[in-house]
Amino acid sequence: MNATHPSNDIGWTLIFIAWLSAAVSTLAALFLGEIMGHTPCVLCWYQRICMFPLVLILAAGLFPFDRRVVRYALPLAVTGWLLAAFHWAVASGLIPERLTPCSQGVPCSVEQVIWFGFLTLPMLSLLAFSLIIAMLLLTHLKVSK
Amino acid sequence: MKKPLFISAAGILLLAFVAGVLFYGAEKNEQTAQLAQANRSALVRAHSQTLGQPDARVVIVEFLDPACETCRLFYPFVKDLLSAHPEKIRLVLRYAPFHQNADYAVALLEASAKQGKYWETLEALLAVQSDWVIHHAVQPERIWPHIEGLGLDLEQLRSDMNAPEIARLIAQDREDARTLNVTQTPEFFVNGKPLPSFGYESLKQMVDESLASAYRQDTESK
Repeated sequence: MNATHPSNDIGWTLIFIAWLSAAVSTLAALFLGEIMGHTPCVLCWYQRICMFPLVLILAAGLFPFDRRVVRYALPLAVTGWLLAAFHWAVASGLIPERLTPCSQGVPCSVEQVIWFGFLTLPMLSLLAFSLIIAMLLLTHLKVSK
Repeated sequence: MKKPLFISAAGILLLAFVAGVLFYGAEKNEQTAQLAQANRSALVRAHSQTLGQPDARVVIVEFLDPACETCRLFYPFVKDLLSAHPEKIRLVLRYAPFHQNADYAVALLEASAKQGKYWETLEALLAVQSDWVIHHAVQPERIWPHIEGLGLDLEQLRSDMNAPEIARLIAQDREDARTLNVTQTPEFFVNGKPLPSFGYESLKQMVDESLASAYRQDTESK
């Protein structure tokens, strides 16, 4: 193995954590949708579009470690974060119902899953995207070019 | 160090997922079985359409939506099961009309039963289902041309469809479907037990097992 710069190890760990977050979110989304039968609403689908590819892109950036993975993953993560924030605002009533883009099928404003009395799916999605963005930004700052 | 870490993390996540799938499936099946056990009356109603001998010891209860594509695909298979053991299996049809406007098709079917042409009408409708179910919604006016050749009194049918007892029957079936936690169609119960997993194979296996256990004494005494 080539001698690697120590900051690369930190970067690898950060991207690995981001990948874990994306992988857990993806499997959880698949479990809720395919196994438990909660049909995803439109906003959920858009967030899935951003989350699912991160599993592959981040993994590709780990072997070998490539700091440029930040450039490719960040647009997806930020888009997903914005969608999750919007979804959370719709679901919690901050944005009125008429602005929601989903008029048929499963309404985005109805919470299908609430865990421990407060944890909703848009909230979990927002948390996962936030974690991924934080890891990506840290990687950008910590790892030397 | 990194590769083993990544591979084991991926492995653990996948294993957890598979374990979750198996556990959830078993749990759900158990719940449905208990629900069916605790609500035996919700499984078969006096008004339900049945096919086969009344004294058959294997009873397949099918929750069906006439507008459901998978129900249409399953129908010939269920008929084959029945015709393989005409004396031993009885089919009870219940409705879970989840498609938009599906109540209309159910009402029409039940009205056709009053003229003694229930199964002919059901089969005629299923055969051309894609013509009267568009984008998962029943198009009432598109049904009628398909039942003209069946010798039904269509005027009578139109007025029978609106009978309050048919509306009550549909409401009862919907309620029973809710009680038994039937959320998808078709859903099968063989002698009161739900299928462990959805599919032809699963249904066939359950029917075979039920036949074997229900008619064991007969074969032993012969």
